[in-house]
Amino acid sequence: MSRIAKTFHSLKISNKKALIPFFTAGDPSPDLTVSIMHSLVKAGADIIELGVPFSDPMADGPVIQRSSERALAKKTDLRMVLNFVEEFRSTDMTTPVVLMGYANPIEAIGYTDFANLCKHAGVDGVLVVDYPPEEGGELNIQLKKQAVDSIYLLAPTSTTKRMKEVAKTAGGYVYYVSLKGVTGATNLDIESVAKRIPEIKKEIDLPVGVGFGIRDTKTAKSVAGVSDAVVIGSRIVEEIESSPKDKIEENLYLLVSDIRKAIDEPS
Amino acid sequence: MQMNEPLSNYNLPDGEGHYGPYGGVFVAETLMHALEDLRKNYHTLRQDKAFMEEFSSELKNYVGRPSPIYYAKRLSEEIGGAQIWLKREDLNHTGAHKINNTMGQALLARHMGKTRIIAETGAGQHGVASATVAARYGMDCVVYMGSEDIKRQATNVYRMKLLGAKVVPVESGSRTLKDALNEAMRDWVTNVSDTFYIIGTVAGPHPYPMMVRDFNSVVGEEIKKQMPEQIGRHPDAIVACVGGGSNAMGVFYPYIENQDVELIGVEAGGSGIETGKHAATLCAGRPGVLHGNRTYLIQDSNGQIVETHSISAGLDYPGVGPEHSWLKDNGRAEYVSVTDQEALDAFHKLTRVEGIIPALETAHAIAHAIKIAPSHQKNKVILVNLSGRGDKDMDTVAKVSGIKL
Repeated sequence: MSRIAKTFHSLKISNKKALIPFFTAGDPSPDLTVSIMHSLVKAGADIIELGVPFSDPMADGPVIQRSSERALAKKTDLRMVLNFVEEFRSTDMTTPVVLMGYANPIEAIGYTDFANLCKHAGVDGVLVVDYPPEEGGELNIQLKKQAVDSIYLLAPTSTTKRMKEVAKTAGGYVYYVSLKGVTGATNLDIESVAKRIPEIKKEIDLPVGVGFGIRDTKTAKSVAGVSDAVVIGSRIVEEIESSPKDKIEENLYLLVSDIRKAIDEPS
Repeated sequence: MQMNEPLSNYNLPDGEGHYGPYGGVFVAETLMHALEDLRKNYHTLRQDKAFMEEFSSELKNYVGRPSPIYYAKRLSEEIGGAQIWLKREDLNHTGAHKINNTMGQALLARHMGKTRIIAETGAGQHGVASATVAARYGMDCVVYMGSEDIKRQATNVYRMKLLGAKVVPVESGSRTLKDALNEAMRDWVTNVSDTFYIIGTVAGPHPYPMMVRDFNSVVGEEIKKQMPEQIGRHPDAIVACVGGGSNAMGVFYPYIENQDVELIGVEAGGSGIETGKHAATLCAGRPGVLHGNRTYLIQDSNGQIVETHSISAGLDYPGVGPEHSWLKDNGRAEYVSVTDQEALDAFHKLTRVEGIIPALETAHAIAHAIKIAPSHQKNKVILVNLSGRGDKDMDTVAKVSGIKL
C-alpha cells in the first residue's frame, strides 16, 4: 500500500479526516522549507502539498503567485524542491508529500528523469495543474512505473464524462476545487460541495479532498464533514508572508493545530 | 520531419487542437468545461451561413474591408532589388489587423449569450479593438494590461477608457503581456458563466489558436485575390512580424499549400539575440508549456519563463502561437529577427519615403523586407503585411529620439 493510501486507511479506522496544508517550497527562503514541513506535521498535517514555484502560475490567486515570486527570487528550482523532500524523508518516513505545480519546470527536466527523481526523493504524488488527463498521459506512464500517484483536480463544472476520464488515471486522492475561481478566493458554498462529493465518489474510487477558499476553522470543519480531506493553501501562505522569519514555524503551528482541533471535534 | 506530407491538404489542428507536437489544451480542470463549450459553439457557428455572412458584413461595413494592397514603388526603387508591396491593414478601423479577430469573437460571444468580455493587451491594439467591439455591441469590457505597458502606451489606454472599457493594470511578474494574459485567465475562470475571454493572438488553449487564425485569415484570403488581379500571380515571399503571431498566421494560413510562396516571420530581436534582451521566441527559444499550449518559449534551464524585451510592446511576449512552432519545425515558414534599431530605421524610412507611419511591430517586418530586397531581381515580389499604423507609438519613437512631446 502506498503512503497516501495508508494514511487515508488509518484515518478512516480512527474516523478522522485528512488535513492537507499547502505551501510553496522556497518561500520565504529555501533554508526554511524542510523545517516548515516538519512543523506542519507536528501541528497535525496528514499529507503535505509542496508547491513548486513557477513564473506564471495561471490558476493561482495573488497570494500564491507572490509566494512563487519570493521562492524564485531565492533561486528555488524543481531539483531543489526534490532535495527538500529527500531531506524531509530522512526523518519522516510516514507523512506523504505531494508536489503541486505547473508543467513547464517538469518538461525542462524530462518525464523519465523527473519520475525517477520523485521516487528517489520519496515523493508520493504529483499534481500538475495544467496537465488535464488528455495531456498528462506520458508523464502518468512514467510516474506509474515509479509508483508515484497522479493527483487530479475536479471542478464544479466537471461533467460526469470528465470524472470518468480522471478516474482512469488518478491515484492517491482527487482534489475537488470548491469554487469557480483561483486559489485564495472566498466564496466557498458548502451546500454545493456537499452535493458534488457523492457524485464524484460514484465515478472515482478514491478519497476526495476539498480545497480553494478554505480560510478558517469553521469552513474547514464543515468541509471535513462532507469530504475525506481538507486542503488549505492560501491561508497558510498568507501566514508565511505576514510572519517575521523567526516566527513562521510557531505561527503556522498555532494556525494548523487550531484547524486540526476543529476538524477532529465531533459535530 | 517530412516537409511535403503534412502540408498538402493541410488540415491542422487535429480534434484536440494539436499542430504536430504543439498546441493542445494545457489548462486547469476549472477551465476545461468553458473551453469545451467554446469549442462546440465555434464548431457549429463556423459552418453556419448566417453567422459567417454577419461576420463578413461587419468586416465590410464596420471595419472597412477589404484593405488595399499597395506597391511601395518609391521605397522599392530607393532600396533596389525586389518590389515591396504592402497589405494595408493599418487602414482598418482602429488601425490594425486586431479588429478582424475581435469582431469574430465578439459575434461568437453574443451568440453564446455572454454579456461581458475581457481581453489582455500588450501594445493596446487588441485592447482597443476589444473595447471597440464591446461598444459596438453594448457589452461590458474589462482589459488587462501590464503596468509597464500602460506606461508605454498611454494613448491607447485613454482610447480604451473613452470607449467605455475598464483597464486593469497588472502588477505581477514582468508587468507585460504575459502577465496580463495570466490575469485575464484568472478573471475568466472566476466569471465563466457570463464572461467571454477574447484572446488577441494565436496562442492560448485550443480552440483559440485556430479560431484567431480563422478570423484573421480574411487578410490572406484577400491577398490571394488581390495579387493575381494586380500582377497576375502570387507574391514570391510574404513577410509579417511575429509576437504571438496573429497577423502572420492570418496571412500565412491561406498560403500554406502554395509551396512556391516563401513565408517569413520576423521576430523582435530587441538589443540583439546575443544580449539576451529580446523576444525572438522561435529564433532563440525551446519548446515548453505556457498559457494553455505547447509551443516554443523563452525560458531558463529550469523551465521558468524569462522576461523579454522589445521596443514594441506588441511583440514583447515569451511565447508564440503553436502553429508557428509547427511551421518552423517542418520548414514551411522561416523565422528571423531584427533588432530594435533596425525596426526604428525602417519605421522612419517608410514614413519618409511612402508617407505611411507603421506600428513599431510592423516596422520589424518592413526592416526585414528592406534587408532582403536588394539580393533579388526587380521581378521578384515581396509582400509585407502592414499589420498596423504607428499613431500609438509616437511617444516611444519621440522618446528614443530624445524629444519630449
